[in-house]
Formats: sequence, structure tokens, C-alpha cells
Amino acid sequence: MWSNISKYVTDSQVWKSIIRHGYPDTRRNRVLIILSNVFLHLHPTKVPSHSLKLSYTWCMGGLTFFLFLVETLTGVLLMFYYRPVGEYAYNDILALREHVPLGIMRELHRWAAHAMVITVWLHMLRVFLTGSYKPPREFNWGIGVVLLTLTLLLSFTGYLLPWDQLAIWAITVGSNMARATPFVGHEGPGSKLLNPGLFGMEDVPLIHATDDARFVLLGGPFVGEATLLRFYVLHCVFIPLAAATLMAAHFWRVRKDGGISAPTDEFSKPL
Amino acid sequence: MIETLKHLINTLAAPTIFLPLVAVLFFLVLHYYRLLSRPAVAGGILLAAVVFYAVSLLDNNFRHIVAKPDNVPITMMLFLSGFCVWMALRQAAINDERIERGLPPVEKEGNETIFVWPDLVYIEFLAAVIVGVLLTVWSIELKAPLEQPASPFKAPNPSKAPWYFLGLQEMLVYFDPWLAGVVFPTLIITGLICIPYMDINPRGVGYYTLKHRRMAITVYLFGFLFLWVTLIMLGTFFRGPNWNFFGPYEFWDVHKVEPLVNINLSEIIYIKILGTGMPSHWLPREIWGLALIAGYTFVLPILLAKTVLKNFYAKMGLLRYNVFMFHFLMMMLLPIKMVCRWMFNLKYFVAITEYFFNI
Repeated sequence: MWSNISKYVTDSQVWKSIIRHGYPDTRRNRVLIILSNVFLHLHPTKVPSHSLKLSYTWCMGGLTFFLFLVETLTGVLLMFYYRPVGEYAYNDILALREHVPLGIMRELHRWAAHAMVITVWLHMLRVFLTGSYKPPREFNWGIGVVLLTLTLLLSFTGYLLPWDQLAIWAITVGSNMARATPFVGHEGPGSKLLNPGLFGMEDVPLIHATDDARFVLLGGPFVGEATLLRFYVLHCVFIPLAAATLMAAHFWRVRKDGGISAPTDEFSKPL
Repeated sequence: MIETLKHLINTLAAPTIFLPLVAVLFFLVLHYYRLLSRPAVAGGILLAAVVFYAVSLLDNNFRHIVAKPDNVPITMMLFLSGFCVWMALRQAAINDERIERGLPPVEKEGNETIFVWPDLVYIEFLAAVIVGVLLTVWSIELKAPLEQPASPFKAPNPSKAPWYFLGLQEMLVYFDPWLAGVVFPTLIITGLICIPYMDINPRGVGYYTLKHRRMAITVYLFGFLFLWVTLIMLGTFFRGPNWNFFGPYEFWDVHKVEPLVNINLSEIIYIKILGTGMPSHWLPREIWGLALIAGYTFVLPILLAKTVLKNFYAKMGLLRYNVFMFHFLMMMLLPIKMVCRWMFNLKYFVAITEYFFNI
């Protein structure tokens, strides 16, 4: 009875149009399932056995990607309820907490973000300690470093969005640094050199508090509503897109650079 | 008895004692990694850490800081980093011993290729499920923090950046924002990107080892474990109001007074040594500091290349050597400045406040 139903389903035109091979219990089908599925084909069809050991990979790269997916999913759900405007932002977060029974979306989003920062660091540590950045994988390490920076920026821009005291002051402390950027921060070394002193206006500086690097970052001379909107757009649109693009490049290069690192031929010869 | 112990730990946690202690510990671990990474020894260390944490949680001041929702990830990071470093050193110890006996590393042993379906896909699925469950439990147990609505007029004391930037904020104790907040973070990123092009040692790909890559691993772990993780811990747990130091069991008293006794290099030279008083123009005043920093950054690499690092220079070549030395010296500027601060109360090597150029 059961086998009849299952045969009827798997022989149907609909099933065959979706899955183009039999159950993956033969060598041929195990290769085909990886090759014919757009998500699974991130993998090679076969890998060296040492790369399956948790003690070798620590699983950290994969978990970072998993946490990014968690962030995307919970982030979209949060976007339905959150408005990045001064009057609403805090109350929307408060409403998420007060009006949603058993709601944990904000918690999931926040803790997964913290966890992702940690998994990125530990992934880097693993890649370093196994020498996996050495030729031919040098460039992919560089992409990874940019992804690390984007992860921190994602976390940093998201930190402002609850619009509470914790948020505004953490971002204030973090972004105050930009004031001191050499040349383009109004309290940075060299900013006074950029005073052209044209038309006898020696006292009018070119770089000042309302046009320097910090102003560009915050959209104002201090963390205010313009910053909230700016960070929201960066957090929800620009940085995730940039990160996703680089992740595609990162995964592609893992494959193209020879897959997971393995001991080289130096150990095939007697030492 | 307990109070005396707490007092002792509070004293030991002061940056002047705590950071050198961690540094010494770091080099001891790398030196005796074969002994210390044995499961029995490492297990003992883990047990001691867990007991220390658990007992400390009974203390109100300790619990107040550590159990802040946003600080919970730091505890996780500390234990997880410790565990990962142990795992790496353990395998390095095993591999290094095998290499000495003329055997290939464990990763090479019995290596065959296996199908991704089902073996790898299964592991990925399991890892996702386990972490998903852990995250859900974490989210149910611990509410995300939400404080009073944002007010630009009420600055909390201390005001802290998000925890992963607290290593940088701790650097502000020793350097001005243009260095600690802009130049050094940039150099961290460029330095990391340059690593694969600076490390020309072909050995050590695809297996854990310390023997084959001692220098590279020492530098990287020093940067990660000491200058990054330890400073984050210090910045979060030990820095209270006005960024003053507080021991782990100490109450964060807003009125704690710390005397400001730091002086600049120019003041040491012109007032303490020469006794002539400060020159009015910044150039003669700061010429010593400028010469010192310029010598450190630009002359020292040349001297080293001609003497002790002769072979290293020959192997690396001009460009690689200079890129490496620049990043390395900039990284070491932080511990050097720390030591100068603790020993001579040094505030700035160069203090051209007129142009915000302070080092």
C-alpha cells in the first residue's frame, strides 16, 4: 500500500520535473543530487574524509552562514513591525516586547548577531591555524577579511535601531572616532592643513563639525534621526547585499581554489 | 577569608598586573603546549575556570556586570575561544610529535574521499538544528535588553561601544582617537589582508602544527588572544564609570577618584631632565618624540634588516619585509605604550595638540 503510493508519487510528472534522479543511495544518484540542486551544488560531490572532522573545521564557517540566514529571516520579520523614525522606533520595539505573546524574534535576531561575530572570529582563527590562506587561497582570505568587517558593521548599524539609551550612546562612542580621522575629521591631524585660506578667509576651516567624516557617517553633527534612517538603510539593504555578494564570491573561491585545505604532497615523500 | 581572596583578585585584575600576567601566561602556553594541551591538564584548567566563574557569580558586583544581557556573549566567546585554541594546540602537539618521528600529520592519515551526500550534508543539517535549538533556548531564557528611550542629553557613565569594539575603546586609554579609532583599525584590516602575501613559509597547509609555523602562529595568536580578546574582556568587565579600573568584585563607584599623573615625553626631557622649561614652539618641543617615532617606524626596520633579521630580510625581499615590519611595529606600539605608561606615567611620545597630532 505505502510503496504503491510512494511509487505513484515519484513516478508522477510533477515529482520528476522537480527531482531529476532517483533516491540518493547509489553512487550515481549521490553525485546527481549535488550537481542538480542549485543549493547543494555549492559543495563538491566528494570531499576528503578529514574535512568532515569537527576537530578540523570546527564548523565555524558553515555556522556563520547559517547565522546569516537566521539574521535574514528574523530581520525581515522584524522589518514588518519596525519604523525607523524617531517617534515610532522605540515604541515599536517596546510593542514587540509587550504585545507579542512568547515573542522571541528580536531575541533571536540579537543573539544570533552576537553569535555570528564570534563564529566569524573563530572561523578566521581556524583558517589561520591550518594555514588555509596559503597559495592558492590568498585572495579568498582577503575576501574573508572584508566579510569580517561587514559583519561588524552589520552588527554596529543594527545596534542603533532599538533607539534606546544603550543604542544611542554605544553608537555615539563608536562614531566619535570618525571626528579624529586624519585630514577629513574636524579633530583629526592634518585637518587644518586643508584650510585653503582663499579670499582672505583664513579663519574659515574647510573641515568642520558639520562637513567632516563623522557628519557623513551620521547624517548630522550628532547621532539623531537622520542617523537612525541612515543606519537602518545600511543595516537592512546595503550591507546585507554587499555581504551576500561577497559570500557568493567567497564560496565560489573555496571551490575554485581546490576545496577545503588538505596536507600537501610534502608528506607523500619520506621526510 | 573569602574577602581576602576577593581583594587579592581585585588587585591582580588591575591592568598593570593583569595584562603582563596574561602576556606571560600566553608565552608559557605556547612554550609548554604539549604538556598543557593534554586532556587531563586542559580539563583541569577548564574545571578551574568554570568553578571560578560559578563561585564568582555569587558576588553581586561580579554578577551585575557578567550577567548583563549584552555581556553574556563575551562569556561565551571566552570559553569558546579557549576551547578552540585548546583543540588546535592539542592537534598541533600530536602532529608535531608525529612529524618528529617522521610520520605525516593525522590529517594525511587514511585520507580517502567520501560522498558529500549523505555524510557532509548530514553534518551540516545536524549543526544547523543544534545551533537553532541553542539559539531558541537562549532567546527564551534571556530577554534582549531595552533601556530608557534614547536621549542625547543624558550620557550614561560609562558610555561603552558595542562589546566587540571594546578592545578598540580600551586602546583609547593609551592612544588618541585618530590612532585608536581610525588608523589602527585600518591597519588591522590591511594587515590581515596582507597576511597570505607576507607569510612565505610553504609548510603547514591543511594540518594543525606549531613546530612548522611558530613565528606566524605566535604573532597571530598574540594579536587575537592578547590585543583583541583580552582587551575586550578588560574593557567590558573591568572598566567602570569615567573608564576607571574596577576589580571584578568591586562596586562601580561613580565618585572613585584616580589622580591624573601622566606626563608627555617632552615634559620628561625639558622639565625633569634638562630643567630648562618648555620651548614655546611645537617643533623644538616635540623634536625628540618625533625623532623617536620616526626612528622606530622607519630606521629600526633598516637596522634590523642589516643585523639580526638579515636572513629574514633576504628571504622576504624589500616590499614584503617592509609591509610586514610596518604592520608588526604598529601592532607592537600598543604593548610598548602600555609598558611606558605603567613605568614612566608616559602620556604621549609626541604631543602636538595644536594639530591633534598626538602619539
